Amino acid sequence: MGNEIVIRVEGLSKKYILGQRAGSAGGLRHAIEDAVAAPFRLAKRLVSGAGNSPSTPEEMEFWALQDVSFDVRRGEVVGIIGRNGAGKSTLLKVLSRITEPTKGRIGLKGRVASLLEVGTGFHPELSGRENVYLNGAVLGMRQAEVRQKFDEIVAFAGVEKFLDTPVKRYSSGMYVRLAFAVAAHLEPEILIVDEVLAVGDSEFQKKCLDKMREVTDGGRTVLFVSHNLSAVAALCGRAIYLKAGKVMMTGESGPVIARYQSDVAHQEAEPVSNPAFRSGSGTHRIHEIRATSKDFRPRGPLEFVATIRRHAPETPFHFSMHFRDEWDVAVFAINSEYLEGLSLKPGDQEVTVRIATPWLPPGDYRADAYLHCNGIIDHWPDACRFRVGADVAVQGYSSASAKNAGKVLADFKMEILPAGGKP
Amino acid sequence: MHSTPTSNPPVEDEDFDLWIEAGHAEKHYWLDLWRYRELFVILAWRDVAVRYKQTVAGTAWALVQPFLSMVIMTLIFGRVAGLPSIGNAPYAIMVFAALLPWQFFSNALSASGQSVVSNRDMISKVYFPRIIVPTASVLVSFVDFLVSLLILAAMMAWYQFPPGWNLLALPAFMFLAAVSALGAGLVLTALTVQYRDFRFLVPFIVQFGMFVSPVGYNSAVIVEKLGSELSWLYYVYCLNPLVFVIEGFRWCVLGGEFRLLESPMLVSLAVSFLLLAAGIAYFRKTERSFADVI
Repeated sequence: MGNEIVIRVEGLSKKYILGQRAGSAGGLRHAIEDAVAAPFRLAKRLVSGAGNSPSTPEEMEFWALQDVSFDVRRGEVVGIIGRNGAGKSTLLKVLSRITEPTKGRIGLKGRVASLLEVGTGFHPELSGRENVYLNGAVLGMRQAEVRQKFDEIVAFAGVEKFLDTPVKRYSSGMYVRLAFAVAAHLEPEILIVDEVLAVGDSEFQKKCLDKMREVTDGGRTVLFVSHNLSAVAALCGRAIYLKAGKVMMTGESGPVIARYQSDVAHQEAEPVSNPAFRSGSGTHRIHEIRATSKDFRPRGPLEFVATIRRHAPETPFHFSMHFRDEWDVAVFAINSEYLEGLSLKPGDQEVTVRIATPWLPPGDYRADAYLHCNGIIDHWPDACRFRVGADVAVQGYSSASAKNAGKVLADFKMEILPAGGKP
Repeated sequence: MHSTPTSNPPVEDEDFDLWIEAGHAEKHYWLDLWRYRELFVILAWRDVAVRYKQTVAGTAWALVQPFLSMVIMTLIFGRVAGLPSIGNAPYAIMVFAALLPWQFFSNALSASGQSVVSNRDMISKVYFPRIIVPTASVLVSFVDFLVSLLILAAMMAWYQFPPGWNLLALPAFMFLAAVSALGAGLVLTALTVQYRDFRFLVPFIVQFGMFVSPVGYNSAVIVEKLGSELSWLYYVYCLNPLVFVIEGFRWCVLGGEFRLLESPMLVSLAVSFLLLAAGIAYFRKTERSFADVI
């Protein structure tokens, strides 16, 4: 019973067709030709049925998944890792039946719930109480089930006092907590989770991880996508490493993570500098992030300037940067949300970031940048790379000892007390 | 080094509850829909609840709009153009009995056309039968419609125009109105997802539709101009599914001669059901790719 297969993926492929981007080529003549031809094309597509319309030369094919196969057994917790654009999210979307595969098939056994985002369907005008019922229904819970778990959900989120306040008046922390609380009380046999832990404060992230552990200890089958490799290592027995839509390696999570890390360290950057290809709602986009120096010194400060452009009117939002070292291990993150009362107003702007600590050992670093407001507005993986030079010894660390000391260097003092304890 | 794929043990298809495959028609489509029946009600409830938050007059808005339209149409068609009413019914009641299903239809059409696009976040993040979204917005319009029935009752009291036994047939015509609205709504929803052009087309359809439907006048006026009921032009006129629904409503409310079983009228009735069947079929064909194109 214990090793019964509950998810079987066979030769799964998913093709997307990227339409020609507006303004990329052609000019006015093309635009007019296009406009004239459009009704005919439209009629042709209507007749042939949408979805399987033949691709015209101006459309580009893109295989997000290619011939992916794997099995998951009951009670297994499987991490899916890979760089951005490797097909992780597409895989989850196909598994959760949000989008259809182009080839191949997936067999599922048992009730499946997917959590690709917290707070899906939350409506800002509705109260916390109303949103719990709404969100529960969207995630596939019965109303009776929500009613029964209601007190538990509210207690988990810690929003008892604000149950009848519209969630638009919630702080973003409260909002995320309530949203996660609903999701955490889903009781599916198979749970599919995307990087939902990327936003939110660290205390909340810990709570989420604990809850995830509880879920996995309960013998449920979980598929878990994350950039947080230590979370994958801690939670998942097995891992699947995807690269450019293909399975590179599957197996115990330790070796798979090691293989991924060594690939990342030897790989050239492929930054998604074109915002049109990035994920997020896209109401604002980061157009540039510049490190103010080519070579920072270990003792900092690190300084960056981010240029943000508005693409659609929106509410205030937050800006965060997540720093990783050359082994792709998260070192630290900064978030405008943590600065009391600082949120970015809608509109074009430049944000300067000055980071006094931590002191970083010499090496190559990269930062992912996010704009977010309850959900992700812009996610720019590998937005900025910089180097911390080895030239200056800090606090007595030599450049060699600094490199081996750990992820960060410490600003420390020691005091020698006379023997006997009290001065 | 490990390599993939590992040798997969053979499995039987029946071992799994669900196979997800390309172009594979959903075996449990209707069962799935039944499982999500609560979501359907909740989405409708959400739209109703949200609409009247932060409005001063609240639900009264559902009453004001049809009432004012009725006043204007009574003035223009009844007084200025001097068109006849049915039997001895006041022109205002005759117009209002038609405005109710018409407004339900046009509101449902506009709302459902937008519904999937405006619930984009949900569609791209979670699975549920997509057809719930436009259907829920038709339900919302249906709630408005029930509310505006109150005005009809008030008007009948005011004109001292008591209804007959025909009124008992009203639910059947309400059902038919919902069939037409849902059918047209599903087609437009699926089209709007793919081609946003339809966003601009819907207001036009609604405006145009009001004049080709017997709302401000009754279809007897058309028959009279055409000379005979069996004129082919009258058949063309009756391709509009609302002709049957609206005249049915009038018959329930105003009484009078029962003329709904004449052949042009039956064309209109048939179109309602054809539209629903086509709507469901087209929606099901396209919904699988909604998340990719939205």
